[in-house]
Amino acid sequence: MSRRRFLTVLAGTGAAGALGVGMARHGFGSPTPAVRRTGTTPGGPLVLVALYGGNDGLNTVVPYEDSHYLAARGTLGYGAHEVLPVGDGLGLHPNLKGLKGLWDAGHLAIVRGVGYPDPVLSHFRSMAIWQSASPAAEVSTGWVGRWMDATGSDPLRAVSVGPTLPLLASGDKTAAAAVPAGPVGLPAGPGLKAAFAAMSRAPAGAGLGPLGARVVQSGSDLLEVQAVVSEALAAEPSTSLGNTNSLDGGGTTGAGAPPSGSSKPPGAPASAAGNPLATQLDLVGRLIKAGVPTRIYMVSLGGFDTHSAEKDTHAHLLSQLDQAVAGFLSDVGTHQHGRGTVVATFSEFGRRVAANASAGTDHGTAAPLFVAGQPVKGGFYGEQPSLAALDEGNLEFTTDFRSVYATLLGPLLGYDPDAALSGRFPTLPLV
Amino acid sequence: MLSVAGTDPWADVAHLYRRAGFGGRPDELEAAAAAGYEATVERLLGSTGADTGLGGLADPVLTAPRLGELADPAARQALQQQLARERQELSTWWLARMASATNPFPEKRTLFWHGHFATSIEKVRIPLLMYRQNQLLRSQGDGDFHALTLAVAQDPAMLIWLDAASDRKDSPNENFARELMELFTLGTGNYTEDDVRAGARAFTGWRLDRRDYSFAFDAADHDDGMKTFLGHTGDLSGEDVIDIVTHHPASPRWVASRVWSHFAYPTDPSDPVLDELVAAYTPELSLSALFRALFLHPEFRGDRARSGLVKQPIEYVVGAVRVLAPDLLGPQSATPADGPGRLLSGVLAQLGQVPFDPPNVGGWPQNGYWLTTASSLARLRFATSLVRRADLSAVEDAPSSGRVEATARLLGISQWSDPTSSALSQVAGDPRSLVALALASPEYVLN
Repeated sequence: MSRRRFLTVLAGTGAAGALGVGMARHGFGSPTPAVRRTGTTPGGPLVLVALYGGNDGLNTVVPYEDSHYLAARGTLGYGAHEVLPVGDGLGLHPNLKGLKGLWDAGHLAIVRGVGYPDPVLSHFRSMAIWQSASPAAEVSTGWVGRWMDATGSDPLRAVSVGPTLPLLASGDKTAAAAVPAGPVGLPAGPGLKAAFAAMSRAPAGAGLGPLGARVVQSGSDLLEVQAVVSEALAAEPSTSLGNTNSLDGGGTTGAGAPPSGSSKPPGAPASAAGNPLATQLDLVGRLIKAGVPTRIYMVSLGGFDTHSAEKDTHAHLLSQLDQAVAGFLSDVGTHQHGRGTVVATFSEFGRRVAANASAGTDHGTAAPLFVAGQPVKGGFYGEQPSLAALDEGNLEFTTDFRSVYATLLGPLLGYDPDAALSGRFPTLPLV
Repeated sequence: MLSVAGTDPWADVAHLYRRAGFGGRPDELEAAAAAGYEATVERLLGSTGADTGLGGLADPVLTAPRLGELADPAARQALQQQLARERQELSTWWLARMASATNPFPEKRTLFWHGHFATSIEKVRIPLLMYRQNQLLRSQGDGDFHALTLAVAQDPAMLIWLDAASDRKDSPNENFARELMELFTLGTGNYTEDDVRAGARAFTGWRLDRRDYSFAFDAADHDDGMKTFLGHTGDLSGEDVIDIVTHHPASPRWVASRVWSHFAYPTDPSDPVLDELVAAYTPELSLSALFRALFLHPEFRGDRARSGLVKQPIEYVVGAVRVLAPDLLGPQSATPADGPGRLLSGVLAQLGQVPFDPPNVGGWPQNGYWLTTASSLARLRFATSLVRRADLSAVEDAPSSGRVEATARLLGISQWSDPTSSALSQVAGDPRSLVALALASPEYVLN
């Protein structure tokens, strides 16, 4: 989307404060003091993929040569003839063919043993820890939300796909824009859009209290976001990586709806048969190619809580993950606005080393995560946790997850991570 | 929009109907205003016997599957499809109850308990079990809290959800013991990890008998050793633990704070506004006394309460349907292949709140959580779609200059703010646009 069209769109919605404010709000003005940019920004935008339920790291990056793994997993494990070897005695799950291609091209970083001290095995709290980046104290903001608080008030700097916002995207003063995976057009009644815009300009003190003011604010944010997003989507047709119309009651819940403890059975109804992650990434890809200046996107895939009958379910999920991510990076990677795109996965925990009595695994602790994209220096980061020295059946973490965030905010996006993370964490040399 | 309690009886009962129900129709509010606020509270709290509005609504017929017997993949797949159909039927049934009940409070109260003892069909998977839990919450939701908590603890859906049925003597499962204290009865800070571990030991032996999906107790798998739990020592059983937590000194303030937070405005257990609720509730853990104290509390009708809650998606959708298209989900519509039911379920999914599917055991967050750009869009789309099937005669029949006011009365709003009123006037010539915009107004989005 050309810069001139972008400015025209802002003027058309009647956004208060004229074009000058619009330019600053959308990143065309000078950086605020909280932004410390490096000379050239190596990369971005960043796409965070939340895997809800607790992804089984040991069956994702498989230590297939480790006798402890084979003994603990039995038929739930994978052997040398099945995995996609990546060195160090490790192999990717057989369904991760696209990620293997990225590994071979030098653009996939496998960060091993990621976790935090005193791990919590509750979905609810551990996912909140990963999203708030605060293992010690419960806070009500996410690290992306706090990044937004520090870098200005434009809701489009970070975009979450789905109807509700994850904790990740919520700051004290501001929150990411929530964009639905489905149609974004405003319903057009005669004069309705203009009247809605008038209603959404109401000053905060209209006697409605702070919540009423927030309702009004979300209306004006909607108009701004919708104008930009629908213009962008009109310019960039869908590449149909998934079901683009599938925000129905099925699985396309997006980044803000953590289905804790869920594992959709094989043979789930047809409405959920598409690849919900691919649907979300299709939207993200179109926004990136249209030149929307968003820096962080948030998407998700659920169903990883594989307490029973894990093998098929997990294989299906990894297949969806692989197709969606590899397809997305391949699509945006050739585009001028998309070359710097980086995808990073995370999950609330890994799973127990030993299989349980129901051909599945219980909640665990440390697990590997992926960081992929052209700016990424492929390879292993972090130590592989020992399968011999377990902590009550679980892996000990070797890499603090906040180091990953610091690396993504700092070296990748060019911001000072301190505002978002409390404390300094050593970054990883993966960009 | 904000009026002092007692000076505007119509506004008082409109607020009561929003909070104790899903909003009132003009005829309901006129009758309630005439009867008086206190009398209306008693009527909402005290109805017994069958609800006249639900006369034609049949309970769903749901399957008790025996998955273990289905070795054949084709039979298993057929079962999954059957369960998916039943899941939609169950959801439509409850939405129909909420929209059609003459007295909405039992349904609103059940929705509250569903969010409190939040259990998700995503893990439970069997609609029949979610249905039974729903009926349990409805029938015991205004009795005594100890009995309700014990019944919920032994409810099959809950046993599956919090893994209580996999709590074994040699590897106790802490999930249920923790959430019982943290979320259901005490709140954080009132127990220790030692209490969680002791509680888990007490619940060992609890089982789900999958032959008929009933609660069972396996004595051989129960740890009957001595335990110290919240200061009580003995060979405590799961029933003992439930007794202890519901009678714990910190419990009444916790329960009262959850009720106040969801019916008035979010607050924490130390808030003095809860004192009267706690006093009414404590002697017998009486939930009906608690709810009565809530609705009669002067602060319940105060400014802070009136502007303190955003409508949850279920409240927003059901409320609009009750007022504008009450026949949409009427008894005759609640069939398994139900178009309107599926449509509304789709809207609720877009808004982020699906019945029987809370995001986690903490239930649904409140207020700001519902105010995203995506949900604003979803509300606007729902509103413009609903007005096409709605009875708008109350607005259409009014002269153009009186339609903005007529819309307020129709939607139970006592007064529009100036910016909203001015915006609504722009579309007063087209009743559908007017009502759709009104449904997107901050006055209506707030509860």
